[in-house]
Amino acid sequence: MMRLPPFARLAPRTLAEAVEMLADQGPGAAVVAGGTDLYPNMKRRQVEHHALVDLRAVEGMRGIREEPGGGISIGATTRLSHLAGSSAVPRALAHAASVIASPQIRNMGTVGGNLCLDTRCSWYNEPEDWRTAVGFCLKAAGDVCRVAPAKSHCWAVASSDLPPVAIALGASVRAVGPGGERTFPVADLYRDDGIDHLALLPGEIVAELLVPPVDGLRVTYRKIRRRGSIDFPELGVAASVRLAPEGICEAATIVLGSVASAPVRCREAEDLLAGRPLTPEVIEEAAAAAAHPAKPQDNTDLSHVYRKWVIPIHVSRALQSLS
Amino acid sequence: MSRRLLVLRVNGLAREAAVDEHHTLLEVLREDLHLTGTKHGCELGECGACTVLVDGEPWLACLTLAVDVEGCEITTVEGLAAPGRPDPLQSAFAELGAAQCGYCSPGMLVSARALLDANPSPTRDEVRHALAGNLCRCTGYEAILDAVLLAADRDGSARAAAHVAGGGDRGDR
Ligand SMILES: Cc1cc2nc3c(=O)[nH]c(=O)nc-3n(C[C@H](O)[C@H](O)[C@H](O)COP(=O)(O)OP(=O)(O)OC[C@H]3O[C@@H](n4cnc5c(N)ncnc54)[C@H](O)[C@@H]3O)c2cc1C
Ligand code: SF4
Ligand code: FES
Ligand code: FES
Repeated sequence: MMRLPPFARLAPRTLAEAVEMLADQGPGAAVVAGGTDLYPNMKRRQVEHHALVDLRAVEGMRGIREEPGGGISIGATTRLSHLAGSSAVPRALAHAASVIASPQIRNMGTVGGNLCLDTRCSWYNEPEDWRTAVGFCLKAAGDVCRVAPAKSHCWAVASSDLPPVAIALGASVRAVGPGGERTFPVADLYRDDGIDHLALLPGEIVAELLVPPVDGLRVTYRKIRRRGSIDFPELGVAASVRLAPEGICEAATIVLGSVASAPVRCREAEDLLAGRPLTPEVIEEAAAAAAHPAKPQDNTDLSHVYRKWVIPIHVSRALQSLS
Repeated sequence: MSRRLLVLRVNGLAREAAVDEHHTLLEVLREDLHLTGTKHGCELGECGACTVLVDGEPWLACLTLAVDVEGCEITTVEGLAAPGRPDPLQSAFAELGAAQCGYCSPGMLVSARALLDANPSPTRDEVRHALAGNLCRCTGYEAILDAVLLAADRDGSARAAAHVAGGGDRGDR
């Protein structure tokens, strides 16, 4: 048996209690929701926590609600299977949830856990004895990056499916911590650093994902992975466009997942679309530009050359589906 | 890091065990309750060998703390058969060779049971999606899909027969 290391489990009933418990436990404590990311990582001894604050029983943190202003609030402990089956949320978001992992993991895993997923790397997500034999790395216990040894930077990959489409929808996150609460765009939750990839303040907990009214925005999400199930994305493409009545693109957002330690916005491609009709030529031009900001490294299942090469193909298909 | 006396409802019975809070449901089922039908494969969420039903939904016992499912109804493969009468899924698996080494079968069976309870006459594609988290190294899956569809068929006929006879809802389990 591959067992979890011992830890103290705390089960708060309210978010305020959770924040307090997390602060009391000090550094080295963490929150856990579905555990489908954290427990495997702890079993492989990638991370160590002396205490876990379990969010499952926190009241009012689970469920999908329509907001008075017309948007939608998705509580952080809402399970992925619930999101995938919800007709209250934008279709692209439900679709992104439905292609995460497997049915069992979608029954257990949560929206908050997905937003806060640890970054992944083929040198890191390995059992401890494997890493002991091959050598540890910067992200855990080592002093060199095995992917790009020349730099002391970690390139572990932001591999969750919801963030790109949440950004394309213009969604925000409400986080609550010892210093109070704040609401900010989903994109600002991330930093392009494989080790310190979340911009949460110490002790902050994600309480909900806030999706604004779709209001004519067309949104899509495409996931590229090795098998049709279980696998993490090798590339995620989220795109949204707002079209004027004559088919002119008024605004576009294109976000790539799994190509860096944070979701990547394709600003150059977005600018190429603005004010133009979504003709095949315009789409091809934008799709080619979308690959520019992506620098996948050789640290996932499929080669970085392939992952870079297919970006324009999938951005183009995403945009075609919106035109 | 404390040990707790836990009462779990497993296969319709209240089972008591003194468990470490960080122990998974898989450890508790196999090692404390000696229900070894639920298998351990990867223990990292990737294979589905440890699948059990929690309040009727497929969950992975290897990534669930036992303390997190106190108060839930847990069904393992041992809970599928009525005494002396296998679940129609078990009969169909045996008849069609849907189990070779059999290591994936407990997980496949409970995932399939959850599907048939929610959707008694699924399409082949729906079966495929429902079993997408259960890996099999032996069969190539086709026999498993055939068996689930056969069991669904028989469930349906049994229900129809029970209906004609004016009997209850389900005479099959
Ligand atoms: C085999 C396998 C395949 C997978 N495939 C995919 C996939 O295809 N796509 C994908 O996106 N994911 C995948 N996952 C990862 C994971 O299952 C999901 O992302 C899931 O949504 C994580 O949610 P959780 O509640 O289980 O997270 P947890 O494991 O509970 O938490 C994950 C991390 O987030 C932190 N956290 C959790 N909730 C909060 C919160 N409210 N506020 C602040 N921090 C929080 C935890 O401290 C932890 O660091 C896969 C996992 C496995 C094991
Ligand atoms: S990118 Fe480098 S430092 Fe980061 S996890 Fe991989 S090997 Fe380790
Ligand atoms: S043993 Fe639980 S998923 Fe493999
Ligand atoms: S029968 Fe051997 S793994 Fe499925």
